[in-house]
Amino acid sequence: MKCAPFDYVRPAGVGEVVTTLRQAGGDGKILAGGQSLVPVMAMRMARPSVLVDVNRVPGLSSVETDGDAVRVGALARHALLQAQPDHPLLAEAASWIGHTAIRTRGTTGGSLAHADPSAELPVVAVATGATVSVAGPDGVRELDAAELFTGMMTTSLADDEMITSVRFPRPSRWGFAEFARRHGDFALVTAVVTEFGDELRVTLGGVSAAPMRAHAAEEVLAGGGSARDAARAASEEIEPTADLHGSVPFRRAMAAEMVRRALVRTGVEE
Amino acid sequence: MDVHLIVNGERAHVDVEPRRTLADALREDLGLTGTHLGCEHGVCGACTVLVDGAPARACLMFAVQADGAEVTTVEGLQDGDGALHPLQEAFVAHHGLQCGFCTPGMLMTAAHLLDTHPGADRETIRAEMAGNICRCTGYQGIVDAVEAAGNARDTPA
Ligand SMILES: Cc1cc2nc3c(=O)[nH]c(=O)nc-3n(C[C@H](O)[C@H](O)[C@H](O)COP(=O)(O)OP(=O)(O)OC[C@H]3O[C@@H](n4cnc5c(N)ncnc54)[C@H](O)[C@@H]3O)c2cc1C
Ligand code: FES
Ligand code: FES
Repeated sequence: MKCAPFDYVRPAGVGEVVTTLRQAGGDGKILAGGQSLVPVMAMRMARPSVLVDVNRVPGLSSVETDGDAVRVGALARHALLQAQPDHPLLAEAASWIGHTAIRTRGTTGGSLAHADPSAELPVVAVATGATVSVAGPDGVRELDAAELFTGMMTTSLADDEMITSVRFPRPSRWGFAEFARRHGDFALVTAVVTEFGDELRVTLGGVSAAPMRAHAAEEVLAGGGSARDAARAASEEIEPTADLHGSVPFRRAMAAEMVRRALVRTGVEE
Repeated sequence: MDVHLIVNGERAHVDVEPRRTLADALREDLGLTGTHLGCEHGVCGACTVLVDGAPARACLMFAVQADGAEVTTVEGLQDGDGALHPLQEAFVAHHGLQCGFCTPGMLMTAAHLLDTHPGADRETIRAEMAGNICRCTGYQGIVDAVEAAGNARDTPA
């Protein structure tokens, strides 16, 4: 199907983006890579009256080292994340997003704002304790990734706010594992393990409305437990729902296996 | 809105509504019907074209976004004298198509693949072509064709 008509605005700066969104009074949408928004508009599940194309806003497309973290501009494409050497976990995660023709267009800001429960980058954002910079009418605010995701495809962003960059801390060790029916499909389960200091974090995507920390699994690890024990704990603490892609027991089994693999890849004893 | 772009090396101009996708502008306004539309939501890959050298779904871009861009469609694969591109020859020779609906997207994806992964093995070809759906061939012929075209390119004549 084709999209419903809309007005098209192509601002040259973040300030103008925010003003245009504000004037649209909740009926405007940012257009970044368009890889999620345009399908939704084509299916007429969204009918914004104003599209604010941010693709030509300068200065938002880079990936830069910033102390013990990497700062990623909101317009950095998945393909750039995949190719950069400074944050290997981000590169690995980006390589699992869709296909080349999706990764050349899709953006970091768009992925976080879209907040698909199966998407890779939101899981990495929560797993690394990323800080999200958001521009709005009152200037720029910063929030923790965990505060951004409030539910299934919903965030704490206001209608007139724009993500401008995301700061992803670099873990000392990490492991990534994903199960999808075919590489490039949305994940059924994504498991990301990150080590900061002597703390091991286990973060899961695809098993709940928003990325979640598997605290029971983390406690097992803090107590010196094995990858297998932690994986079992993770599979018991999640509350997956059944759909045409898999039953509850299947999803629990896949979550356990992905956690085990991510832990082994991190270097945790099997 | 006025959109000026370069399509297959030539200047082009269209005057379109903002909601006109790049795919529709190519097909309906510029008469380049080689770019096919299957799903119109990014999944099938039939509409894949190169925008500034990188593959993109022409159904997920609005034509207005391509203002100033360089677009290559399947019509641009042939060289000036009308000879088929080596990839097109390989698709013919290796049964890389049946109905041909998916073929333009397959060719554009494969053209970029061979440019960016010289000497790609079968596994890489399979992974990189996985974003394009074919309902006829069962894919073996497509992988054979891309592999053959890659090998022919890597072996200087
Ligand atoms: C065939 C296909 C397969 C895919 N597979 C995967 C996959 O495996 N994993 C995965 O994670 N994703 C996948 N995607 C989605 C892809 O990653 C998208 O790029 C991403 O989800 C959205 O990013 P975008 O830049 O395209 O955003 P858009 O589609 O432009 O926008 C998405 C939403 O975010 C808002 N938005 C965009 N940028 C900002 C910003 N800076 N600030 C505030 N709001 C903003 C928009 O208004 C819109 O509501 C797939 C897409 C397709 C078509
Ligand atoms: S028509 Fe564009 S991907 Fe299917
Ligand atoms: S040849 Fe018919 S869809 Fe591929």
